[in-house]
Amino acid sequence: MTAAELVTLSPLIVLGATPVVIMLVIAFRRGHLITIGSTLIGLTVSFLLLPVAASTGTQHVTSLLMLDRYALFYLGLIFAASFAVAVLSYCYLRERAGSYDEFYILLLLATLGAGVMVASTNFVSFFLGLEILSVALYALMGYLRHYERSIEAGVKYLILAATSTAFLLFGIALLYAGQASLDFAAVSTALAATSQPDQVLLLAGLALLIVGIGFKLAVVPFHMWTPDVYEGAPAPVTAFVATISKGAMFALLLRFFVPIGLQALNPIYMVFALIAVASMLIGNLLALLQKNVKRLLAYSSIAHLGYLLVAFLASGPFAVAAVTFYLVAYFVTTLGAFGIVTVLSGHERDADSLDDYLGLFWQHPWLAGAFTAMLLSLAGIPLTTGFIGKFYLVAAGIGSALWLPVLVLIVSSAIGLYYYLRVIVVMFTRPSKTATVVSLPALSPASRVVLAVLTMLLIVLGTYPTPLLQLIQSLASSL
Amino acid sequence: MILLWFILLPFVGGLLAWLVSRWSMKGTRGIALLTLALDLASVLVVWAQNTDRLAQAAGSSWLIEFNAPWIPSFGINLRLGLDGLSLLLIALTAFLGLLSVAASWHEIQEHVGFFHFNLLWVLAGITGVFLALDLFLFYFFWEMMLVPMYFLIALWGHENRIYAAVKFFLFTQLSGLLMLAAILGLYFIHGQTTGVYTFDYTQLLSTSLAPQTALLLVLGFMIAFVVKLPAVPVHTWLPDAHTEAPTAGSVILAGLLLKTGAYGLLRFVVPLFPPAALNLAPLVMALGVIGILYGALLAFGQTDLKRLVAYTSVSHMGFVLVGIFAWNSLALQGVVIQIIAHGLSTGALFIVAGMLQERTHTRDIRRLGGLWSTTPRLAGATLIFALAALGLPGLVNFVGEFLILLGAYQTNIPIAVLATLGLIAATVYSLWLIQRVFHGENREGWRLPDLSRREFALMLVLIVAIVVIGLYPQPVINTAAPALNNLQAHVTEVLHSASAPQPLSAALPEVSHDRR
Repeated sequence: MTAAELVTLSPLIVLGATPVVIMLVIAFRRGHLITIGSTLIGLTVSFLLLPVAASTGTQHVTSLLMLDRYALFYLGLIFAASFAVAVLSYCYLRERAGSYDEFYILLLLATLGAGVMVASTNFVSFFLGLEILSVALYALMGYLRHYERSIEAGVKYLILAATSTAFLLFGIALLYAGQASLDFAAVSTALAATSQPDQVLLLAGLALLIVGIGFKLAVVPFHMWTPDVYEGAPAPVTAFVATISKGAMFALLLRFFVPIGLQALNPIYMVFALIAVASMLIGNLLALLQKNVKRLLAYSSIAHLGYLLVAFLASGPFAVAAVTFYLVAYFVTTLGAFGIVTVLSGHERDADSLDDYLGLFWQHPWLAGAFTAMLLSLAGIPLTTGFIGKFYLVAAGIGSALWLPVLVLIVSSAIGLYYYLRVIVVMFTRPSKTATVVSLPALSPASRVVLAVLTMLLIVLGTYPTPLLQLIQSLASSL
Repeated sequence: MILLWFILLPFVGGLLAWLVSRWSMKGTRGIALLTLALDLASVLVVWAQNTDRLAQAAGSSWLIEFNAPWIPSFGINLRLGLDGLSLLLIALTAFLGLLSVAASWHEIQEHVGFFHFNLLWVLAGITGVFLALDLFLFYFFWEMMLVPMYFLIALWGHENRIYAAVKFFLFTQLSGLLMLAAILGLYFIHGQTTGVYTFDYTQLLSTSLAPQTALLLVLGFMIAFVVKLPAVPVHTWLPDAHTEAPTAGSVILAGLLLKTGAYGLLRFVVPLFPPAALNLAPLVMALGVIGILYGALLAFGQTDLKRLVAYTSVSHMGFVLVGIFAWNSLALQGVVIQIIAHGLSTGALFIVAGMLQERTHTRDIRRLGGLWSTTPRLAGATLIFALAALGLPGLVNFVGEFLILLGAYQTNIPIAVLATLGLIAATVYSLWLIQRVFHGENREGWRLPDLSRREFALMLVLIVAIVVIGLYPQPVINTAAPALNNLQAHVTEVLHSASAPQPLSAALPEVSHDRR
């Protein structure tokens, strides 16, 4: 490994070293502020090292990792999201858990796992990244040991994730048996070289791989865990699962399938098309029935992953750019939405019932305004980044003449609008005089800042997306 | 820059009004009123400056243009353009905006700041729709005006407001997304055939399309506009939304939001897809006639005052649909007049309904009656608006409906004959309305205050506008004529240049500068 390679890898190295440093610091002095401080410093330094890594010119670091501009962009996104989650967790944990330190160590490990995933070009690094991420998540979900729901979420996720990992591993084994290589690139060359009947082993391997990937993305029919886990896990952890874990997997999906050329691979293409349509419809329809905000957001995220798959089906640089932009929009919006759930949560339980939001606008206009903006962005209304994102997805779909998926996207987002509006209506309903006004926990300045920044981003990216678009388009063509 | 000013002024005014509401309700209303007065004044100044160029009739396309790159990688520009048609419509927007602020002076007492914020933002979005010459920008404004309108209905509306607001939003949003798909389809087809990927209106005008594709795309646009207009059978959101909205909301919905649909048909559907759109013309005109008669019939059956006025909108907008798809000079001039006439007379009737509700706390016609003696001024004003709505000669609606019928007669005689029946129906429901509300026995013993000075001024302004344009519509026709001629010239050119013989081109009269 050369020095240049070390520099290229430095963001991940720093991120990996931070938990170790924190563990050492804990040995001498425990304190919530010290731990969160070192966590944020670690994330910031890793983030700042990204341009340095980009400037070295080397992209391949061993045969396992590829830190090209695409990977570095996603790393930046993940680090920023993790930063926001850490800040939100600080305020959330202060109210609840007895011990804080392990939470941040686990959070950093999960971030590291996600980071390895977006940079991997090899099944070994993919699997390692995925496992680091998943194992850290089991513990994070069950972190609030006094709450039954939290433990339940952790155990549920553990069992299902382990099962899906087994599928994934078996798929990798089949692919390895077919081509004697664990490199992503080998799969596409093997597919191009072999004739149709010999592809059986490859296709079987890919199918099993899709099970594993589909589980992490929580798309129909691998979505069963989502609502329960979203509901049970602590709100900041839910935000993490909804954004970073899914985003990293989607980045990997693009890296793996775009060189193969999905449209040439008919059976797999059909599978993804079915998954996309089913996710959009089922996600949105089931969300209609929810009375719990976290569950509602869970189903809505299933639908959003379905939207993303529409652009994924389109393949090509335009689609990669569309997916990447939408993921950025989705990250901002989802972090904001769960951020608001986090800050509204009381000691006893998370603020997940619709009743918790009754008349919120008349008590906390700014919070309710921010949540409204987030929900409208999820629904894809102009002036928010979700609008540009959805426009981009539809454009990618129509550009590749995917009429049916686009039509389903249109119809299901109209359905989606209905339940977003329902939450908004609840926030704007005037509570009756007799109803007891629920006093909210004092908002800490840190989470205020995070929410304000996210809302600003939401509007800025919705009205002037050009700089981000240019960045994304330049790196999408390099993939 | 002046065009950007038209849009930004209400935007900024809305934010200011909201900020000021912390300290003073009066200040909020004042700022809203001032903003819109300034808006109207600047529109009128622009109008006055351009009368010479408007008189030159056809030839020049846009009076004023503004163009700046927005998202260059997609070929999206901030392109705004003003011609006679959009000039009239933004003048109407500012005028009705002003009236709706004045009309809600006493009605809205809760969250005044947020109310005016939403009101001004709707107006900004509508102004944007009338000025946008970039299809992405158009869609942006089209969707953007929905959210504040939704809040206006959902927060300050009457009993059943949430249901109405959600229904309104879902109808328009779903149809809007279909339009987005059609816009993108056009964008990619244009890009693939010419190599230039752009949302620019004038460039997309020259896209050549296969008939089958054109039909699909035109349907995407048409559904969005026809839902907004609205035409039967997608009108069902309208009675609910109009009835439940606060007065200002109803005025803006009826006076302006519906007009965005008509404007879209005029500006986009027919010029972008001339053969496909005009092949659909008989069908769409038939829908228009059904709307005229069905709307009138339902209006006759209502007991809720606002619901009655809402159904008359369906009827009046049926004339607009017939006029647009008759597509000749007479009919199009009639459409422009009818758009303005409906904005004024229906807006006025909604304001009257609001005043009555403020006084009596009911909209139930069965409980009203015999109000003439207690509120003679209000009754007199209402009589004029009702007469305008039924198309009495000398008042503005008559001009519009007459021209539309004359134009439609040249294209399709049965349609014109059936549409004429609508005038009879209009007479029945209008007089019926006056009879039941103001005449007869005052069973509930209403003793109501008559018009205050503010209300009197409101009514007077509307009456003057209705009478003046009704007696002398020529300035309005002159203003719109160059724009309409340009649209027609473009469509005729496309139809004639098509190599295949067009079955409908025979039915299309030559562009004439005939002004009546």
